[in-house]
Amino acid sequence: MLSIKNLRVSIEGKEILKGINLEVRPGEVHAIMGPNGTGKSTLASVIAGRDIFEVEEGEIIFNGKNLLEMPVEDRASEGIFLSFQYPVEIPGVSITNFMRTAVNEQRKYHGLDPMPANEFLAKMEEKKRMLDIHAKLANRSVNEGFSGGEKKKNEIFQLAMLEPTLAILDETDSGLDIDALKVVANGVNKLRRPDNAFLVITHYQRLLEYIVPDIVHVLFDGRIVRSGGKELAMELEEKGYEWIRSEA
Amino acid sequence: MDQVGSLNALNTGIMDGTTTNYNTREALLKLFDERIAGYALNDSPELTAMRREAIAGFASAGFPHTKMEKWRNTDLTRVLNHDFKFPEAPVMAEVDLEEIFRCEVPGFDTHMIAQLNGWFIERGAGLSQAAQGVVVCSMAEAFEKYPDIIASHYGKYAPVKENSLSALNTAFAQDGVFVFVPDNVEVNEIVQIVNLVHSADPVFVQPRNLVILGKNSSLRLVHCDDSVDDQVGFINAVSEIVLSENARLDHYKLQNKNDRSALVNNVFFHLEAGANLSTNAISLNGGLIRNEVYVRLNGRGSHADILGVYLMDRDQHIDNQVFVDHAVPDCTSNELFKGILDDQASGVFNGHILVRKDAQRTNAYQNNKNILISDKAVIDTKPFLEIYADDVKCSHGATVGQLDSEAMFYLRSRGISADNARMLLMYAFAAEIVNKISIPQLKQRIDDLVKKRLRGELSICDQCVLHCNSREQKVSFEIDMSKI
Repeated sequence: MLSIKNLRVSIEGKEILKGINLEVRPGEVHAIMGPNGTGKSTLASVIAGRDIFEVEEGEIIFNGKNLLEMPVEDRASEGIFLSFQYPVEIPGVSITNFMRTAVNEQRKYHGLDPMPANEFLAKMEEKKRMLDIHAKLANRSVNEGFSGGEKKKNEIFQLAMLEPTLAILDETDSGLDIDALKVVANGVNKLRRPDNAFLVITHYQRLLEYIVPDIVHVLFDGRIVRSGGKELAMELEEKGYEWIRSEA
Repeated sequence: MDQVGSLNALNTGIMDGTTTNYNTREALLKLFDERIAGYALNDSPELTAMRREAIAGFASAGFPHTKMEKWRNTDLTRVLNHDFKFPEAPVMAEVDLEEIFRCEVPGFDTHMIAQLNGWFIERGAGLSQAAQGVVVCSMAEAFEKYPDIIASHYGKYAPVKENSLSALNTAFAQDGVFVFVPDNVEVNEIVQIVNLVHSADPVFVQPRNLVILGKNSSLRLVHCDDSVDDQVGFINAVSEIVLSENARLDHYKLQNKNDRSALVNNVFFHLEAGANLSTNAISLNGGLIRNEVYVRLNGRGSHADILGVYLMDRDQHIDNQVFVDHAVPDCTSNELFKGILDDQASGVFNGHILVRKDAQRTNAYQNNKNILISDKAVIDTKPFLEIYADDVKCSHGATVGQLDSEAMFYLRSRGISADNARMLLMYAFAAEIVNKISIPQLKQRIDDLVKKRLRGELSICDQCVLHCNSREQKVSFEIDMSKI
């Protein structure tokens, strides 16, 4: 599904990713762990298409298409979703309006007519129920005045609405209390299907107790230095990142 | 005249308006000399004296020019450089009334008054609360029927010395809208003034309005300025609006003018104790728009919200001048103007808050926020506080920025195209002002218009920005010639 080969990325002349290789297949959950400042969020942003980075070398192929040649919005329509570490507040744009615009633009990309309003509203209700979101989201402005937990829940809600094939969760656990973390993790687990995949970026092992990964990668200084099963996460938790640092 | 659907019928029986070209001080002074004797036949001696004083004020200053501090960034030269007709009588026009007054806001009933080229047009049904003493009529009629009110208020708030365009209006004004709400009356209907300009020739029109709210009364007033065609026009409007003790006014100005038009709108608000004003200027299109808003907080505990939003592109120019005069203690004012400028559009915001020596415990806030979409768009924003009291809370702020790139990325990452993401963000920016509209149907309508405007779909061909009256309702226009 996702194939990253020798990806080298810099920002303002400073190399951040120094040759990443990654293969994600449908149905898999990959975790990317690593200390702060090693390029985890950069990797997420580059896949999603943020243009503040310079891709020096390498390729990102998604379902046979070259992502690096696509604008951000087309990547989304192709099935990439990024759950932001710091979701942006957009006063004045209601969540309903935001999601309806997004859903319909993605449909348009695939040559489909806009979703009828009643069908859309029913879908919103269904996803809210599924994710256990009770708050009256619909008429609130996107993320405006939301608590940290609400913002992350709102990201997962958008994920549920847009039904991507590859969801990247960038530090979704940061700033969450245990209850919010459970809601978010349960939501993700409910959204797992044989034909979609997740890339979970996290600093701590905690989230991975709830979203159990198939493969864990350790990112250090712009390179994936180790990959393994879910036990690798526990090993990291035990030994700390110093262990990786000494190995790298 | 019972013609429905067309003003064409007015062609009969009305003398052809004598027209000359007037775009210089000299020509206007000469015109005044020619006309003053005719005006005096209908005017009270006080009004004639007021006209003479006003023309003297205009004579000494002439048209405003860019060497004047308050006009540094608004150049009238380009909009004055036309062979204007200065019509003495209503300009004949053929306007499809069905089209203009067709209903696009279900459930938004207003009592609509039309002005065509500055002339009040009498329409069938009167206000339902006329029996309670509420008056909505032409200024010409008010001069005749309500001389006491005129004597107490007309020309008492609009200065003829410091403001030469206000003076010019006072010198020549013949018609406009008069609204009077007696003490303790809450007007249920929304009063809507639609000021249309439609002419085969360039016209210079000077509507003059007077609105008086009695003690504890309330009124909702919507004032629309529209072009019907793309002809050159210059509107020099003056409104004097008085809020007596504890009166409440909800006031909206909607401006959707063609690119060849100039609109200078001087509005003078006078608030007595406990009065509450909310005024909101929504400028969607216009070649040159200058809104001068003067708010005098003249009684304790009075409050004013002064809001505005402007969406300009091409070569359009918008200028908002707001002067808030805290004359007495314990008053509050709150200004917020937001604007989006694209292409070569230019904007000016001058906010002046004066807190006089005795005006203790004043709270006054002012903010102007702008988004410039293109490199060539410009905004000149200047907040100015002048404070002579010592127990005062005042703040001012101004921002000029581009669309937030983080927010753009966020929206696009959900599949929303760059164009639509930009549209959504611009809309969200403007929505802060639109959301403050307290009449739900009006809010919905303005909301739609703003979206349409941002998509580039709103043109002046949409004519009146508020097509409010019921489509089924037959409308007929009459101009009462005896008042002209």
